[in-house]
Amino acid sequence: MSQQNRRMQIGTWLDERIGWSAIQELAMHKRVPMHRHSIWYYLGGMTLFCFLVQVFTGILLLLYYRPTAEAAFESVEFIMTDVPFGWLVRSLHSWSANLMIFFAFVHMFSVFFMRAYRRPRELTWISGALLLVLSLGFGFSGYLLPWNQLAYFATKVGTDILGEIPLIGEWLLVVARGGEDVTGATLTRFFGVHVAILPMIATFFLLLHLALVQKQGMSVPIGEEYKKAPSMPFLPNFAVRDLVGWTLALGILVLLSSIFPWELGVKADPLAPAPAGIRPEWFFCFMFQTLKYIPGKVFFINGELLGIIGFSLGGLALILVPFLDRKAGREERNVLFTAIGWVVILYIIVFTVLAYVE
Amino acid sequence: MTEIKTDTATGGSGMGRRRFFDVVLGGGIAALAGGILYPVVRFMIPPEQPEAATSMVVAAKVGELAPNTSKMFRFGKDPAILIHTDAGQYRAFSAICTHLDCTVQYRDDLKHIWCACHNGHYDLSGNNIAGPPPTPLAQYDVAVRGDQIIVTRA
Amino acid sequence: MGGRYLRMGMLGALTLAAVIGLHGRTASAASSCITCHLEFDDPAIREPAVKFEEDVHNLRRLGCESCHGGNPAAGAEEGDPELAHDPKMGFRGEPSPGEIPEFCGGCHSNVEFIKQYNPKQRVDQLLEYKSSHHGKLLASGEQRVATCVSCHGVHGILPVKDTRSPVYKTNVAKTCAGCHGDTKLMASFGIPTNQFDLYKSSVHGHKLLEEGDLAAPTCNTCHGNHGATPPGLTSVSNACGECHANNLAYFNESPHKEAFAEMGIGECETCHGHHDVMHPDDDRIGVHEEAFCVRCHSEGDAGYAAAAVMGAGLDSLKRALWAAHEILDRAERGGVNVALGKFDLHSADDAVIKARTGVHYFDTTKFNAIIQTGLAETQNVMALGEEAMHDLWLRRVGLMFTVPVILWVAIALYLRIRRTEREQASNS
Repeated sequence: MSQQNRRMQIGTWLDERIGWSAIQELAMHKRVPMHRHSIWYYLGGMTLFCFLVQVFTGILLLLYYRPTAEAAFESVEFIMTDVPFGWLVRSLHSWSANLMIFFAFVHMFSVFFMRAYRRPRELTWISGALLLVLSLGFGFSGYLLPWNQLAYFATKVGTDILGEIPLIGEWLLVVARGGEDVTGATLTRFFGVHVAILPMIATFFLLLHLALVQKQGMSVPIGEEYKKAPSMPFLPNFAVRDLVGWTLALGILVLLSSIFPWELGVKADPLAPAPAGIRPEWFFCFMFQTLKYIPGKVFFINGELLGIIGFSLGGLALILVPFLDRKAGREERNVLFTAIGWVVILYIIVFTVLAYVE
Repeated sequence: MTEIKTDTATGGSGMGRRRFFDVVLGGGIAALAGGILYPVVRFMIPPEQPEAATSMVVAAKVGELAPNTSKMFRFGKDPAILIHTDAGQYRAFSAICTHLDCTVQYRDDLKHIWCACHNGHYDLSGNNIAGPPPTPLAQYDVAVRGDQIIVTRA
Repeated sequence: MGGRYLRMGMLGALTLAAVIGLHGRTASAASSCITCHLEFDDPAIREPAVKFEEDVHNLRRLGCESCHGGNPAAGAEEGDPELAHDPKMGFRGEPSPGEIPEFCGGCHSNVEFIKQYNPKQRVDQLLEYKSSHHGKLLASGEQRVATCVSCHGVHGILPVKDTRSPVYKTNVAKTCAGCHGDTKLMASFGIPTNQFDLYKSSVHGHKLLEEGDLAAPTCNTCHGNHGATPPGLTSVSNACGECHANNLAYFNESPHKEAFAEMGIGECETCHGHHDVMHPDDDRIGVHEEAFCVRCHSEGDAGYAAAAVMGAGLDSLKRALWAAHEILDRAERGGVNVALGKFDLHSADDAVIKARTGVHYFDTTKFNAIIQTGLAETQNVMALGEEAMHDLWLRRVGLMFTVPVILWVAIALYLRIRRTEREQASNS
């Protein structure tokens, strides 16, 4: 029988069992508007691609990695030097992690500026904001796993800040570290968080996020010209274009991993003095740098605590953006929010640069 | 009868070109898939030495060493020495002399460890007993499991 | 003749006093010697009593009377020193410098006595002392020489193993310099006084005084303790050879042995010096300005040629080793496992160390054998290193395959979807 007939036969078979035609309808109905800001529509997929690379390379790394203080560093060294293509898998994992967080931020800002969070897409935004926070959690927990000097001390400083939170700070610190100090117990705990707890939570919110996008279709920026913009079917047109972008991203990742392989450093030595110029990963740097500038005490409040409160409020505001921007709900432009958006971007960039220049 | 649609813009030869292009695209995708699959498969197959030989090493087999003899072996990137003492015990030490890093050896006439470079002597507990070495040799733990003599960092 | 009887009598009285002293002693018995002497302000009288508190003899329950005789049980309450300074109880007062060796030797040469306290302790110090320069001068009537108390202290004598003792290894040089650094004193004997300064600047002085390496020698290591004597011509090298055994052994086989003996010059110290012996850098071997060899050899003689060969050989080995280390480091930074190479490098590194000692063969055949072994090892390592770099290069080559494929797929996908869209457009 012809290819066409065979396809129809399989389709009917599936439809009888799982309602394939309904799924097909859901998949085929989505269309992607084409206007001058359509380029930003690719970013969500880019972030997803990087996440998939992380899952894939992460699972491969799991075959050899050992989450104990005695063996972690050596196992990563083993992967880098003795396992065939181990250097590639590990470098891909490290580069893609950073790329994922980068794309997540850009995706979030593009959605913000395009007001895609407005009614009826509030839940999509909230799940997305949570995914951003989760990806930061992935970054923080994963950074410690090679158990090298830089990571050890960065984790120490990072978890120290947790302890500043009033009332529950001490308890949080002990639970996060698996003890009073950063030890092998911390490593094991971070490993569990990184490969089980966060993936579970992230998968849930990711599926929710994707299902919502699929059901509601793509949002367009506020304005008449966008409502009338022509559109292309998601499947196969936009999806294949997505794939093009993913393929190019793969190429960039492979290039980066081969030409700038990720360093391993030296094994963590808690007794050695902290290396000079300790800093967290780049995506935490702007917060870290801000904390450095806050004076030790502002009136009667501890400076660091003030910083933490500030960032927590900022995070909360981020999650609640759809409800804060009333005008967007009315399909009205909101200059204030646009301005706030640019200020935040500028702030992040400037403070990140400052953290590296100092 | 289903008609095969032709792209009239490109004419009859268009089919051939398109088919060719599709084949080459498919080939590229296959090559890429292979380029991904090959490293993944190689990665998953464990290397010859299944784990890093830096914290544990099988130094010798039981019966390989007669009493009052020794064997030099590699521990990570450093030389190490396994000694089967007269009394029948196995002892293992770093073979790097604490004086100027020469490789030490076992002297069966002296029944202890000696460094040829500057006449340093160590006893069978690794203590520096004569000559220039300022500190003892690092001692490793030795365990006999089955017929394997396993040396681990203390 | 009378002197001998006097000595025997003193010995007898001393033993008696010691026995009495021992029996008369309890842990808390307050010695009248100490009690009275502490009451004086004059440091000459007070100090011995103060210092004796820490004295090793005191800790062994030997009192003032064990050496000086007298009666420690009387005189304090009565306030009458004569009761304590009792000649019938063998009181001798302060001995003169000339009397001191016998004073101490009375017990310290007595095997039966000393072995009650420390069975391992030597008892030949007095004998050694008498053979020494100090002892001989003292015997001839010269009082301004070192005696037991000059080095060990008096009244507050600490065991040699105590780090505060003036004869603890790290303190010995300073103690000797107490007299041997005194220009006025040494002038009358015609002895130079720069030894301590020279020693401090030397590699041995550095090792001992600054790094605390107790394996390094100090004055008594080469000169002896109680039999202190400047080592003679051959015995200097024997002293060196105690630690630098290989160097001496090779030297004794070398042509220099006979040549130096003929010339009547010292074996080790002609090139290395003695008090001021420095760490011999590799630039001491060869035919350039700083080398030891050209101090005697000049262009054209066999020694010069040999020196040139050895200097060049050592250089070539070091350069090869450096290259081997460098390539392995580069490979390691690139992410290749080079543990095997680093392991092999150990024997190559050994060769350099053995070569430096092997110079003392002063024989190019023997020396070159060492160099060749080292070079062969190094070549193995270079091969391993090059293999590792090749692995790294292969990764880049792999890149040259994958990146075009990826680019092609991306472009082709894009073209393909454009084609589909054209078809969709023409169909609608």
